[in-house]
Amino acid sequence: MFDRLTERLDDVFRKLRGQGRITERNIDESLREIRRALLEADVNFQVARSFLHAVRDKATGREVLRSLTPGQQMVKIVHDELVSLLGRQMEPVKLADHPPTVILLVGLQGCGKTTFAGKLALDFKKRGRPPFLVAADVYRPAADEQLRTLGGSIEVPVFGLAETGEDADPVEICRRGVEAARKSNRSVVILDTAGRLSIDDEMMDELVEIRALMHPHEILFVADSMLGQDAVETASRFYERLAFTGSVLTKMDGDARGGAALSIREVTGQPVKFICTGEGLEALETFHPDRIASRILGMGDVVSLVEKAEQVFDGEKAEKMEAKLRQEAFSFDDFREQLQAIKKMGPLDQLMGMIPGAGKTLKGVQLDDNAFVQVEAIINSMTAKERVQPQILNGSRRQRIARGSGTTVQDVNRLVKQFQSMQKMVKQMSRMKPGRMKMSMPFA
Amino acid sequence: MAVAGLLEKVRNGLAKTRSAMVARITTAISGDALDEEAADEIEEILIQADVGVDAAVEIVDRLRERLRRAESGAEQIFVSLRKELCQIAGGGVPFDPGAELTGKPHVVLVVGVNGVGKTTTIGKLARLYRDSGRSVLLAACDTFRAAAVPQLEIWAERAGANIVRAQQGADPAAVAFDAVSAALSRDTDVVLVDTAGRLHTKVNLMEELKKVRRSLGKQCQGAPHETLLVLDATTGQNALSQARQFHLATEVTGLVLTKLDGTAKGGIAFALRRELGIPIKLIGVGEGEDDLQPFDGETFVEALLER
Repeated sequence: MFDRLTERLDDVFRKLRGQGRITERNIDESLREIRRALLEADVNFQVARSFLHAVRDKATGREVLRSLTPGQQMVKIVHDELVSLLGRQMEPVKLADHPPTVILLVGLQGCGKTTFAGKLALDFKKRGRPPFLVAADVYRPAADEQLRTLGGSIEVPVFGLAETGEDADPVEICRRGVEAARKSNRSVVILDTAGRLSIDDEMMDELVEIRALMHPHEILFVADSMLGQDAVETASRFYERLAFTGSVLTKMDGDARGGAALSIREVTGQPVKFICTGEGLEALETFHPDRIASRILGMGDVVSLVEKAEQVFDGEKAEKMEAKLRQEAFSFDDFREQLQAIKKMGPLDQLMGMIPGAGKTLKGVQLDDNAFVQVEAIINSMTAKERVQPQILNGSRRQRIARGSGTTVQDVNRLVKQFQSMQKMVKQMSRMKPGRMKMSMPFA
Repeated sequence: MAVAGLLEKVRNGLAKTRSAMVARITTAISGDALDEEAADEIEEILIQADVGVDAAVEIVDRLRERLRRAESGAEQIFVSLRKELCQIAGGGVPFDPGAELTGKPHVVLVVGVNGVGKTTTIGKLARLYRDSGRSVLLAACDTFRAAAVPQLEIWAERAGANIVRAQQGADPAAVAFDAVSAALSRDTDVVLVDTAGRLHTKVNLMEELKKVRRSLGKQCQGAPHETLLVLDATTGQNALSQARQFHLATEVTGLVLTKLDGTAKGGIAFALRRELGIPIKLIGVGEGEDDLQPFDGETFVEALLER
């Protein structure tokens, strides 16, 4: 994500490098390039304009440092401005003093509200706050059923037309849903509403009514990260009517440059609170403006990567693993376990996108998650003994494994070799630093 | 359908776009000539309608060129701008549900990213074909999203179409195959294939789509006869990337631009037409069952710029 914007700014700065100082002329040139990049990233025209003004002021003003090259200066200035536009720091969801916390989700059709509702519920569940989902979309065919299926998959109760009867309107569903959540002692209620156009007064009135009746602690405006110039118009209309308290950017796992994020933040002043980075319900991240700004400028996002890893590698397992490594008893079983944990972290290309510099060097390289499938198949075709003692893998055993996993002996050989060199590597690592090893990535 | 009625529909859908754009363009060219300021203003207006930087710059350049040769004046500038836009948006055979169909069954594959309105478009498309006396079968190949199949079932019922479906998680290519087989044995005229929304950057999901496409062709020579890419009009420049990738994977034969009844201006249509040359065949201008309209470039521009 933001890949292309980063590339364009990179180009600008490359042009700037090699020039002794920032002059009127090269500022103009770089600003034109930045403007173009921003517009192509769907940053709203006016937002881009004010952004460029700020950058120009900073660049020509006294904040310019002598110790840096013009390119570095521009990177710093643009980065700082991006961060300030995105809102400096991460803002968590506000929780009610007296549960349940009521969260209302609003947005256009197809922006991903229902899926986000599922993700948010799972997130609360993981953090030990029992969630409750309310399906208040009575317009789109099967919307109720969609939320019910999602809720069922994460074992979160869903309240909707089945509970209220077919005739209930969304306001009624929300009212009774929150009531039911309170009775069953759920700590968070997520109200999923129908997608609607900001100019549809009747539908907007419905949300205003729900808001007035339920007093939600958070109203989240869910927006597609692919939104174009209209993001500003739609966000400000929703904001005028509902005074939403934060926004959510969905479908960030595509190649949309996500300029809408900057626009929405700028015109409403409300923070972006979450980003959705995949179709799986666990693909939800809190929005960190500084990290995203860094990502825009190609500095990578290591913090997110580590956090993701921490979520899926639980502490106890990590300690066991560490002990095994020190005893040099790391087996194919452990390897497989780690593979599965990494798979849970999300699609590989996304993980790579967070590693500094990887965006550029890996451009065009398709990371295939199916590569894991093959490795897993090979390990699965080994006997329990072979997994623990790979040294017994002779030719005929390898042939059997290849047949069993639908691969070739060469594939098996390659994996065994990789595994051995990995074993060597982790041995060295564990000798070097016998301290805590929270995340041991089995391959580099 | 009467052209006047159609214009009215598009007009209603684009009402917001029109008033804002016209007012601004009129102000911009208050003088007699297309000076730098007016040119910049027009460029800005186009960019804000999601036309894109490249397309906007090109349109304005061509506008300058055109005006150099002709009499200038506010009226003339306006006429020229309309001509330029028409030239980009126009061309292509407008969609006509009553026209003679290639293939029996005529198989239409519908693809696009998540949430653009594929299922809704299929529902409406089924209705259009039914209204022109065709038998329709819907293939519920979105076996991924929760409740996608029940959603399509409701549309099938509304339009009076048959549906072929499978369990959630089933192989979409298998469902596609079954649907075409069923259509063949039931002598159905049109098969509309609904697929799961997918981001164009997901290689494995695009591969899955290719497989669906191949399996359609197995039972019925030449299928799919039409591959429609559904795009959300609120989408910005990313629509270009979407269209490119989907076109690579599935040879898109037409675009459907949905959600034009909102505040989004749908200017991306020009960028798409200019860069990829794939015709826009249909536009969605509302949530009603009959709010899917054949796209007509001139009407579209007319509605956009009408004074």
